[in-house]
Amino acid sequence: MSDQTVDSAVDLALEQPVKLVEAAPARARFALLRDALRLGRTRFGLAVVGVLVLVALAGPLVAPYSPTEFVGIPNSPPSGDAIFGTDALGRDVLSRFLYGGRTVLWLSAAATLLGVTLGVVVGLIAAYARNWLDDVLMRANDVLLAFPQIIFVLLAVSAIGPKLWLIVLTVGLTHAPRVARVIRGAALEVVERDFVKSAEVVGEARWRVVFAEVLPNVTSPLLVEVGLRMTYSIGLIAGISFLGFGLQPPDADWGLMINENRLSITVQPWAVLLPVIAIGLLTVGTNLITDGVSRALAGIDRRADS
Amino acid sequence: MLTRLILRRLALGLLTLWLVSLLVFAATLALPGDAAQAILGREATPERLAALRDQLNLDEGVVSQYIQWLGGILTGDLGNSAATQAPVGELLSDRVGNSLFLVAVSAAVAIPLSILIGVWTAMRRDRPVDHVVSTTSLILASLPEFVIGIALILLFATEVVHWFPAVSLLGPGEKAWDDPEVVVLPAATLVLAVVPYISRIMRGSMVEVLESEYVTMATLKGLPRRTVIWRHAVPNAIVPAIQVTALQLAYLAGGVVVVEFVFSYPGIGAALVEAVGNRDMPVVQAVTMLAAGIYVGLNILADVATILVTPKLRTAAR
Repeated sequence: MSDQTVDSAVDLALEQPVKLVEAAPARARFALLRDALRLGRTRFGLAVVGVLVLVALAGPLVAPYSPTEFVGIPNSPPSGDAIFGTDALGRDVLSRFLYGGRTVLWLSAAATLLGVTLGVVVGLIAAYARNWLDDVLMRANDVLLAFPQIIFVLLAVSAIGPKLWLIVLTVGLTHAPRVARVIRGAALEVVERDFVKSAEVVGEARWRVVFAEVLPNVTSPLLVEVGLRMTYSIGLIAGISFLGFGLQPPDADWGLMINENRLSITVQPWAVLLPVIAIGLLTVGTNLITDGVSRALAGIDRRADS
Repeated sequence: MLTRLILRRLALGLLTLWLVSLLVFAATLALPGDAAQAILGREATPERLAALRDQLNLDEGVVSQYIQWLGGILTGDLGNSAATQAPVGELLSDRVGNSLFLVAVSAAVAIPLSILIGVWTAMRRDRPVDHVVSTTSLILASLPEFVIGIALILLFATEVVHWFPAVSLLGPGEKAWDDPEVVVLPAATLVLAVVPYISRIMRGSMVEVLESEYVTMATLKGLPRRTVIWRHAVPNAIVPAIQVTALQLAYLAGGVVVVEFVFSYPGIGAALVEAVGNRDMPVVQAVTMLAAGIYVGLNILADVATILVTPKLRTAAR
């Protein structure tokens, strides 16, 4: 779960400037996804993520109890009434687990969307401007990059309070400079190409050149960034909720469940195990998909080179 | 010229830190209404309010508040904790030591281990062991630290074997190095979190070096394999790994927050979590500035180290 220039095993692939496929971008993107789907790891990742999303979305419909209902004595072991036993307050572990996945999923998706959108806009503008504006944007990037992501979120939480919108906003904001750097790197090569120059000569508006000519040519690294940021968003947001600054009791949430039951881990491990396994599988799943896409990308590059 | 390159890098780092300080200071302005009232909340008594207002210089303008705050930080006066009224410096000094100890132990294990794994897998490129290591790395790199930490607790501190304490029970004033057992699992968590990144870049650069002409040359000269690898290849392959290692160490400044909380380890990370819960802004600001300072400092160090060990940059600067 880390950071900065080299964000992950997957990110390493992007350290070399991404070679772009010269074919029509739309077709290249399609080929990329098709190649990615041929890889076992992509399929496995998709299956794992699919199951967990289903659990999170449909869970509340099949949960045997309400997530806040007291069904037995605290920390009782699995029984016929409560398949995974009860939690530290005597609520049904399974029901709280089935209710607890929604928040982390939608918060992570929203933070990823915000971070990637901001990062793409900043990265493209910086690459295209390459004057004082580039310098200003990159300096602002450096300032945000100087905060470890979780510390930036905690700073905001201590000033404003544990609000869900604030977590989405700050996680997105800390993603943005990291995305911007990758997109700027990829776009620097594109803005030098002939079709960008000719669009300028024809007199297209600058925002149109940036978003209609440059953007479609950086979609490959963009796809990888979306996957990567989603993996980190899940880890960060589940972590913040585990620290107690996400969804507040008595609501059910995977991160919060771990926090509430970690001290009784020896007597009732299920209340910790279920959410830990779910969060772990979710991040491994999204990263496997991302790795599949970036491998497919590397394969296409190799063929384009030869 | 070389010094100028390094000085320029230093100046840029200081500029970044100054901008960071503006942002950290601005967090107090985001407190709703009167900052002193917001910090003290229900515990506000007229005396405590007045004391805090005075400490934060709330009667003066924003600019003067900022200058006094920054001056305090630069001279080591971090203000008083809003929760306990104790000076922040006193509150954090023991904990900074504990966190540094944790990070130092983690780095001392993680860096040599990553280099070994990187070299080893590069030499067995595309063989089964390379694939196994790369898949394991990918999985470990995906997992949030608290998931790794709790898995280690379940494996080594409760269910399977009970070798290490699940939580760090240290008396007040007791240092982590007085009872090194408490550092094992938190450090192992951090090691597992950073090794995948460093070993991966080490492998990549080692693969490149192994294919280079001077390694072939050294082999053809008849040098023993061991000498070729450790004397000729590894020192060159390490250069690209310097930056990543520094970034990973800087990343530990954030990683300790969750890991210390998982193990109740008495460091600045756990202190930060507690302070956020109490909305204890002076403590939060101090820890945040410290983390940013470590990040910027390590980055400067990595850049300088890279400049010094890269012959091309060294001569280009002349």
